[in-house]
Amino acid sequence: MQNKRTIFGNRVLPYWLLLPQLAITFIFFLWPAAQAVRQSFLREDPFGLKTSFVWFQNYERLFADPLYLNSLKVTAVFALGVAALSLVTALVLALAVERTVRTSRAYTTLLVWPYAVAPAVVGIMWWFLFNPTIGILPYVLSMVGYRWNHVVSHTDAMILVIIAASWKQISYNFLFFLAGLSAIPHSLIEAAAIDGAGPAKRFFTIVFPMLSPTTFFLLVVNIVYAMFDTFGVIHATTEGGPAQATNILVYKVFEDGFIGLNLGSSAAQSVVLMIIVIALTVIQFRWIERRVQY
Amino acid sequence: MSAINIRNVRKSYGSVEVIHGVSIDIADGEFIVIVGPSGCGKSTLLRMVAGLETITSGEIEIGGRVVNRLEPRERDIAMVFQNYALYPHMTVYDNMAYGLKIAGLSKADIKTRVAKAAEMLQLTPYLDRKPRALSGGQRQRVAMGRALVRDPAAFLLDEPLSNLDAKLRVQMRLEIKQLQRSVGTTALYVTHDQVEAMTLADRLVVMHDGVAEQIDTPMAVYSRPATTYVAGFIGSPAMNMLPAESAGNRGLTLTNGAVVKPRGTRLPEAGRKVILGVRPEHLVLVAPGNADLELDVIAIETLGADTLAHGKLPGAANGDGDLVARLPGSVSVKPGDRLPLAIGPGMAHLFDAGTGARLEEVDLTVDAPTTRTRKKTAAEA
Repeated sequence: MQNKRTIFGNRVLPYWLLLPQLAITFIFFLWPAAQAVRQSFLREDPFGLKTSFVWFQNYERLFADPLYLNSLKVTAVFALGVAALSLVTALVLALAVERTVRTSRAYTTLLVWPYAVAPAVVGIMWWFLFNPTIGILPYVLSMVGYRWNHVVSHTDAMILVIIAASWKQISYNFLFFLAGLSAIPHSLIEAAAIDGAGPAKRFFTIVFPMLSPTTFFLLVVNIVYAMFDTFGVIHATTEGGPAQATNILVYKVFEDGFIGLNLGSSAAQSVVLMIIVIALTVIQFRWIERRVQY
Repeated sequence: MSAINIRNVRKSYGSVEVIHGVSIDIADGEFIVIVGPSGCGKSTLLRMVAGLETITSGEIEIGGRVVNRLEPRERDIAMVFQNYALYPHMTVYDNMAYGLKIAGLSKADIKTRVAKAAEMLQLTPYLDRKPRALSGGQRQRVAMGRALVRDPAAFLLDEPLSNLDAKLRVQMRLEIKQLQRSVGTTALYVTHDQVEAMTLADRLVVMHDGVAEQIDTPMAVYSRPATTYVAGFIGSPAMNMLPAESAGNRGLTLTNGAVVKPRGTRLPEAGRKVILGVRPEHLVLVAPGNADLELDVIAIETLGADTLAHGKLPGAANGDGDLVARLPGSVSVKPGDRLPLAIGPGMAHLFDAGTGARLEEVDLTVDAPTTRTRKKTAAEA
């Protein structure tokens, strides 16, 4: 019988070999998570002298707090906005590159570059571009009669953070879409062309359905990205403002915990985020396993 | 149903010309097979008819209409691809109905057409399945069905059987032929398999390096190949090719010095360099005195009904006088034997040594020696 298992002579050795990985997982993932869960049940006085166990009070207050409910809404709009903008743009770019014959590799390289830029740098770049006083884009927009001011306008601020957060995600999505497109046999497209379908019809009846596993995967990844990885972008552009208009959950955790020093509430918010990401991951694995095979 | 006329069609990729002016006239309802080795341009030619490749120069006409500048969907053709190109996310029914839906047919109309095609192809029980749940042969049928329901002017088939196993291929070959007969639609079929080509075709187009070397019925291509290339490509095992020089009326001098005088064949003027082609099945074992040429057996392949004797002319240089004879299975020969062989009357083919073109027509009335009538020999019995 073939057995791929390695047999160790020493019974203790395998555990020693596993130890570094287990230690990292424990110290950097499990312990902080457990701490957050514990913290979410505690309440500290302003001077850190007394800590009391308050059961679910932090959670109860959280879901009664209009600012937190607002943040949930803002996060939903933001995450869907980022996912939609970055997916659609990336798909259009991937379709365009797929059609070019000679220069596709150059385009691919250039389009992937933004992914290598740090989120905070991206935020600052867009902050400059959209700066109401010195930015070039508000200047251009003023020519068509739009007064851009994300420091005042909720909508402008939301558009700014969505664009800033989508920008680098486009590169990532683009790569996946390009790979997805090149995996579609060319003869399918040709068969559809002979069957009488024009380019638009071919896209919606053949190409897009065949890309659906890729699209679904990217949708989940992008939502997760928008919800958890955009702290730097928000911090560098709007800092959650104006008046909570772009205060997404992740940013609120930071604000309440490290600026407001309300550690109990911040921990409770972290736990809520943790539950959301677990749910998204479960959906992703469940659905992708089912949808990938057609 | 329509005729297809291909007139002096050329195809270049950049400065490289891959099809050098091919002309084929295909009658309405005819089954034409384009056969050739990979890279000969046969698929490119088919794709130009389909509209998937642009035509560099020349003209393609389908049903009396020049289609050079028409999109594939405007050409009224249906194509079957080597990998079937079934839409994996659609059921068999939807695969077949796709083109009809786009054409804007009514639901009821689509249903009757698909049902009829499914009936013909025995696909009715599988209409709700996705392609991945079908066997290779069934997928092949769906691909045929998708072409069939549209009732096009012509079927274009690009190596449709090469992904099937040998047994299924023979079965589908027959089915395709019968199907084409019964619907009477013009068909243009590309393959590299000469058996497929011979069995399916009303007429064969043998392509080689972007040139149609011969366009004729399978039997004519077999019995009167136009070039050495066609002669070697059609027929299995391949035709024996022996370089020779004409010695006028005395016959042909082979490289080993032996002189052959094939019966029923007009010989060219003395001194002309030729290639003598004889199919292995047209070499017969005779009594030593009656032999046209001799074969030193090197290896034997026993096929049951036949025995293939591989060897060379006595004294021939390596690779210069290789010879295969297809003998009845009852003959017992072994490596090391020297077989006296005669060429069947009129079965010798002569080609120009330089151009490879067929030299002269077989002509039984001229120069046919009557003295050496063919006798069955003891060895053959």
